[in-house]
Amino acid sequence: MIEVRGLRKRYGKTVAVDDLSFDVLPGRVTGFLGPNGSGKSTTMRIIMGLDAPDAGTSTVDGRPYGRLPWPLHEVGALLEAKAIHPGRSAYNHLWMLAQTNGIGRARVDEVLGIVGLTDVAGRRAGKFSLGMGQRLGIAAALLGDPAVLLFDEPGNGLDPEGILWVRNLLGHLAGEGRTVFVSSHLMSEMALIAEHVVVIGRGRLIADEPVSQLVQRGSRGTVRVRTPQSDEVARLLRAHGAVVEPEADGSLTVSNMAADVIGDLAAEERLRLHELTPLTASLEEAFMDLTRDSLEFHSSADPSHRREPAAAALTPSAADHEVTP
Amino acid sequence: MTIAAAPGPAVAPAPLALPPGRYGPLGQLRSEWTKMRTVRSTIWSLIATIIAVVGIGAIASAVTAAHWRNSGFVDRVTFDPTARSLAGIFLGEIVIGVLGVLVMSAEYGTGTIRATLSAIPNRPLVLACKTAMFAFIAFVASEILTFAAFLLGQQLLKGSTPYATLSQPGVFRAVFGAGLVLTVLGLFALGLATIIRHTAGALAAYVGILLVLPLILQAFPTSWQNAAMRYMPLVIGERMTSVVARGEHAFSGFPLFSPWVGFGVLCAYAAAALLVGCFVLVRRDA
Repeated sequence: MIEVRGLRKRYGKTVAVDDLSFDVLPGRVTGFLGPNGSGKSTTMRIIMGLDAPDAGTSTVDGRPYGRLPWPLHEVGALLEAKAIHPGRSAYNHLWMLAQTNGIGRARVDEVLGIVGLTDVAGRRAGKFSLGMGQRLGIAAALLGDPAVLLFDEPGNGLDPEGILWVRNLLGHLAGEGRTVFVSSHLMSEMALIAEHVVVIGRGRLIADEPVSQLVQRGSRGTVRVRTPQSDEVARLLRAHGAVVEPEADGSLTVSNMAADVIGDLAAEERLRLHELTPLTASLEEAFMDLTRDSLEFHSSADPSHRREPAAAALTPSAADHEVTP
Repeated sequence: MTIAAAPGPAVAPAPLALPPGRYGPLGQLRSEWTKMRTVRSTIWSLIATIIAVVGIGAIASAVTAAHWRNSGFVDRVTFDPTARSLAGIFLGEIVIGVLGVLVMSAEYGTGTIRATLSAIPNRPLVLACKTAMFAFIAFVASEILTFAAFLLGQQLLKGSTPYATLSQPGVFRAVFGAGLVLTVLGLFALGLATIIRHTAGALAAYVGILLVLPLILQAFPTSWQNAAMRYMPLVIGERMTSVVARGEHAFSGFPLFSPWVGFGVLCAYAAAALLVGCFVLVRRDA
């Protein structure tokens, strides 16, 4: 378990982290979301005892990082891609870390196997691709079989297969009861990995809640209705207080009325519905709504606001597919 | 399909047994040994040191032996066979400085410092172990090389010129002391790299202090040079390798420290650099 209390950190005039408090609980994957430059990496470095906060505390299982008797056995971290001496082999990189915490060669071989680098263990890490470097970083995090794991953007540089592998690995680690804290600026990735999210913007806490709740918060409770009798349905729903907007594709977007009520009303009037889909915001959109005011770097283009079917809200790969009821 | 569907906090934390006690210097020393042994820069620096110290000493000795017949009276009187066989020492000082810098700056350059300090959060301990391991390797290598350079050089001189033996007064001190000077200058470089953190910057500072500072000093009035030249690391190194007190080296015109006082001054430089390095290592964000 990671506890962060009142953390504050400034670099020169820039406030990187501002009065940040949250807990990361064991047994689930907790996502750490925020736009670029929002303070995610700073927070992780503070948790790891690498940067000193100006105020506040962070503890791992009740102790500040610096007081852990066997840090690698307690916390594993992937903080930056390819933080490896290019002239050292993958095996020796892990071995020199293992020696500091009394970890044996057998475990080095084991983690190389877990991340799939056994065949290239003797190769100089400078020749590694970004994805292989990332796998080596993950192997280093797993070295001491720690109960707490931090991953800063673990999907960076990985191919789709690698990303799927990381996702499964993180889920597996959380399933074993470990504390898994994963940062990302990619909502789509986080939606698939995390169960709970901590969202920050400009160093401040914006949300600390289950993913499902975050998605609901972003939703405005709209429903997509597709019917061959658009005019009649629109008239009927408006008569009962709904706001109905016809869409270019012939469907209707209904707000201020729940899907079941719409269905019942249509049935009473014997109107035919071909689709009745409650729409929620995607995590991406919920996140955009939350962090709009705290973006460090605004682009001039307005982010598009698309509504996705609820069923697909957590699977962006399906976002462009039509969901038929 | 998604991990989010996996069982949540209901699962008990994995029972992970910790070894007894806590981390300590032994593991960190082993780790530092592995770090040194597993990168090519160590090997290349040591090869370069061999070429510098033994190679240049041998060339200088061979050339002296070949031209002895033609050398003048003053050259013969001030000839210091020990110093001649250790002529490569100043190049060795540069090369060992490169190794000392790289041992620390490579950690920053590659980002492994974060991994190192995550594994051992006690930063003074990390620096102490790194310093100790480097000092051990630098000392063993430097002593082997300076004795090799001396013995090879005397073999080349023997027959043509006067030559030295280790039993002559001051000779053992010069040869053994040369190895000590190399070791301590390497530690000084390691300290500078801990402060500066960048390979190029630390190297520039080291070479600047070693080679450029004495040159700059020569632009100043003689009284200043007389007061300051004895503090230059390069001068201290040359003094250590000389057996003939008013011998042949470039700085013999200036008042100098005795060899061991000079060595004490060098140790003070290295200690100061390492202490400041330790202070900033603890204070700064990694």
